[in-house]
Amino acid sequence: MAEAETPAAPLQPVAPVRVYRHRLPARIWHWVNAVTLLILLMSGLMIFNAHPRLYWGEYGANFDRAWLAIGSTAETGHLRVGEWKIDTTGVLGRWTNSEGVEKTWAFPGWATIPTSYSLADGRRWHLFFAWVLAIGLTLYMLWTVVAGHLRKDLHVRRAEWSPHHIWHDIKDHARLRFPKGAAAARYNVLQKLSYIGIIFVLLPLMIATGLTMSPGFNAAAPWLLDLFGGRQSARSIHFIAAWMLVAFFLVHIVMVLLAGPVNEIRSMVTGWFRLPPEGKESA
Amino acid sequence: MSEILMPRRQWIARAGGLVATLPLLSACDAINEAPAVRKILSMGEEMNRASQRTLMDRDALAREFTRVDLSPYFRPNGTRLPAGAAYAAHAAAGFTDWRIKVTGLVARPLSLSMADIRAMSQRTQITRHDCVEGWSAIGQWTGVPLGHILAAAGVRDSARYIVFRCADRLGDALYYESCDMIDARHPQTIIAWALNDAVLPIANGAPLRLRIERQLGYKHAKYVEGIEAVASLEGIGAGKGGYWEDRIDYEWYAGI
Repeated sequence: MAEAETPAAPLQPVAPVRVYRHRLPARIWHWVNAVTLLILLMSGLMIFNAHPRLYWGEYGANFDRAWLAIGSTAETGHLRVGEWKIDTTGVLGRWTNSEGVEKTWAFPGWATIPTSYSLADGRRWHLFFAWVLAIGLTLYMLWTVVAGHLRKDLHVRRAEWSPHHIWHDIKDHARLRFPKGAAAARYNVLQKLSYIGIIFVLLPLMIATGLTMSPGFNAAAPWLLDLFGGRQSARSIHFIAAWMLVAFFLVHIVMVLLAGPVNEIRSMVTGWFRLPPEGKESA
Repeated sequence: MSEILMPRRQWIARAGGLVATLPLLSACDAINEAPAVRKILSMGEEMNRASQRTLMDRDALAREFTRVDLSPYFRPNGTRLPAGAAYAAHAAAGFTDWRIKVTGLVARPLSLSMADIRAMSQRTQITRHDCVEGWSAIGQWTGVPLGHILAAAGVRDSARYIVFRCADRLGDALYYESCDMIDARHPQTIIAWALNDAVLPIANGAPLRLRIERQLGYKHAKYVEGIEAVASLEGIGAGKGGYWEDRIDYEWYAGI
């Protein structure tokens, strides 16, 4: 090819484009919540260990039919859900603690607060951090509305609601094709739906089902327990919703790892996000 | 604050050493045992009690159910048969000589027989019992509202708590519980002698047990032989207001 008359511009390292993505209240809430939810999960598993059986309806105790139970035999541990039963020896129902002693509590010591059985201590941690969660969530919900986070960032636009658009986003996620450039700074529809679901559905559901396990609260506001179909139903929903939060956490972590963990975590610490450069995508 | 002034690298090395010497799990348990941490965590109970007492109707009744809602079997918990010759003799005699004493800050101390109890105006309620462990059972209870007994004894204005003395010994001490005057005078707080239309079984607290429907199961003292009005819980047991409260830090306010 003929040489160009003008010399090519020397290649300059392009400084990454940075955008201010997460405002301070969002960052604070994110990290406070991360710690709070971990403590609530682990202390919650301790409380579950006190009676590792779940029921539907108002009542349920050892002589009633449980839809989920973690139990043990002389040698094994198991999880039963309905008629389906799986051997969980070593993890659930029968496991060995850090001193090599076999235990038959449902969830193992490494998953609970504290590590050895104490319903009283588990409740202490749980009922204190329940306040942290509830107060933090309330303030954060107000902030998302007042500061426009809800309207500007989380609001699902009309076009995004179309099944075609949502399906397209699901396919992109499944192929691990993440948005580049300025689009990466905005939430996609699956992110929006996840975050709205967590902030406005799942976390409030955790708090509401938690409250309806309180006999004092139920006397004053019986309508909420009626909504859940009884106290043992509320306890079951509380347990299921907790694992939905765990599932969200796992997907969340996978997405952070795939999208660039350093950039993502840095943006949740400093607020500043580096846009992944455009182009270079194979056709 | 030498830690803060310590060079960063040295600080990290020390922290690393700490983690290396202590397995992570015992580090977590050390946090759990720290008195300062326990004090902070116990604020949760205070906030629960304060919010329930201030934000919610203090006289609200616990939901009452119908006979079709009854648990097929009401699970007993805790002591199922108090030890000792005295209780065994009472049980053998059908508790005919059982007496419940009402003492403390009252104008007229009482010693009520089972006949006295049954002669007072009664209340029957079908309620859900929520154990701190997580299970629930629905049962029908019949007994005398505690408020009637306190009125008969002329409880003084200086009384702030009611203590329930029990006949069952767990380990080193007799079981006991206590509540504030709001729950003591609550219409559903009764000294019950019948469960599901039958005389209270021994496993469920015969001959008399407390029902305190807006609190968790361990507050529902069984085998009650004494009711004491007091101004303070200090000097009773370890001063925390109940057998489990004294021993393993169960919350005194068990409304949640």
